[in-house]
Amino acid sequence: MSPAGAQKQLDIKIVRKAFRTASGEVREVLRDFSLSLDAGKIHALVGPSGYGKTTLLRIIIGLDHDFDGTVDLPPETRIGMVFQEPRLLPWRSVLDNLRLAAPQASEADLLRIAADLGIAEHLRHFPGELSLGLARRAALARAFAINPNLLVLDEPFVSLDTALAMRLGDELAGLVERTKVTTLLVTHDIDEAIRLADHIMLLSGRPAKIVGDFDIAFPRSEMTADYAAKTKAEIGSILAGAMA
Amino acid sequence: MALRILSLLLLIAIWQVASMIADSRLLPAPLAVVAVIVKEAQSGALFFNLGTTLARVVVSFGLAMFFGTLFGILMGRNETFDRLGDSWLVVLLNLPALVIIVLAYIWMGLTDAAAILAVALNKLPNATVTIREGARALDSGLEEMATVFAMPWRTRVRHVLLPQLAPYIAAATRSGLSIVWKIVLVVELLGRSNGVGFEIGTAFQLFDVALLLAYALPFVGIMLVIEAFIVQPFEQHVSRWRPKAA
Repeated sequence: MSPAGAQKQLDIKIVRKAFRTASGEVREVLRDFSLSLDAGKIHALVGPSGYGKTTLLRIIIGLDHDFDGTVDLPPETRIGMVFQEPRLLPWRSVLDNLRLAAPQASEADLLRIAADLGIAEHLRHFPGELSLGLARRAALARAFAINPNLLVLDEPFVSLDTALAMRLGDELAGLVERTKVTTLLVTHDIDEAIRLADHIMLLSGRPAKIVGDFDIAFPRSEMTADYAAKTKAEIGSILAGAMA
Repeated sequence: MALRILSLLLLIAIWQVASMIADSRLLPAPLAVVAVIVKEAQSGALFFNLGTTLARVVVSFGLAMFFGTLFGILMGRNETFDRLGDSWLVVLLNLPALVIIVLAYIWMGLTDAAAILAVALNKLPNATVTIREGARALDSGLEEMATVFAMPWRTRVRHVLLPQLAPYIAAATRSGLSIVWKIVLVVELLGRSNGVGFEIGTAFQLFDVALLLAYALPFVGIMLVIEAFIVQPFEQHVSRWRPKAA
């Protein structure tokens, strides 16, 4: 589906990424792995825990340089990162957390983003005074505050109750559609991926590779229950096949 | 608070009774000491000597904390620095304060620079060890966050690093101040011609206990005031974000 000449926001090729385990053996996590993201779309990277999702993420956001391969980001890429744990500075107010991450953002921008994510009344609070759901919202707000052109989310809704996770997911999708930011959502939750993404990549195997890579024909608001069920069944069979 | 004042009054009462029983200039009554304090204050000598000593405390404490924090962070974060510095630390920690003071005076002369350096060197290893513990316990998750968000190093130091070290800096400050001012008095006794330590040395030679107490007590008072009005409020300020027990 991606038309010829579609703008790529990210192109990564990993020849090899290996860890040395405590017992001294070398374990390959990724090999001959490549991935690219189309500008302005939500891409979900789905796979079971322990199959290199986090490793891949750390390579993409520049925290891990110890691999053979290349990560091509356009110059001036601003990565808005949402970690699994909110990772807010506990000794600074929510507003200061936003300011420190995005010193160039205007106060009005920050207030608007905070309002979009429903944390406007909590800007003066310290992160320790927030529930996990609110802290996650604050972390999302911080990622949007830097006006990112690449948004990377690592299991951003894990350990929230289902209703809250769904609502936050929908708000996030709305913000992404409005800001047209290229998004990579890493999740183990297949339903979440189907509900939010334009494009799904399935990661499996050791070393990990992409075993399924397809567009969602009717993303988000266009999604029907039938189509969701069909896609889920398809993903299930691909993953089962890959594990076999 | 009332209990504290009561216990302080009791101490003074015991002192008063003891001085009456002893009836000797080697144990002057509280009021006699106050009279000497007033006399020394009127001549200006009290303030000059207190100020001189306080300045030495501040400078040597500042030096020790600055370099202690720097070395502590380096050693806590970098294994090579830690291995290089560790044996130096052990030597400094176990070198008696008096040895450092005497060596500093011998090598550098009886100067303020030698005095301040000797005091700072005495405090430095304790500060380094305390801050190193803090630097070892830094949250790598926050550091990664700061890296991904490309925070400039000033922001990282001020808003990511130092707040994490604040409890350790506060602990080093508390123990440090009390060590430093005591060592400053010894340094002054041995090799300076002014300051509270020098006056106490003079009082010792004259067996003038009233003069000795007239300098020692106000200085203790000043250190208590610094503790209560600077160190404690600072600690409360840096820990204001911690959820309080209801």
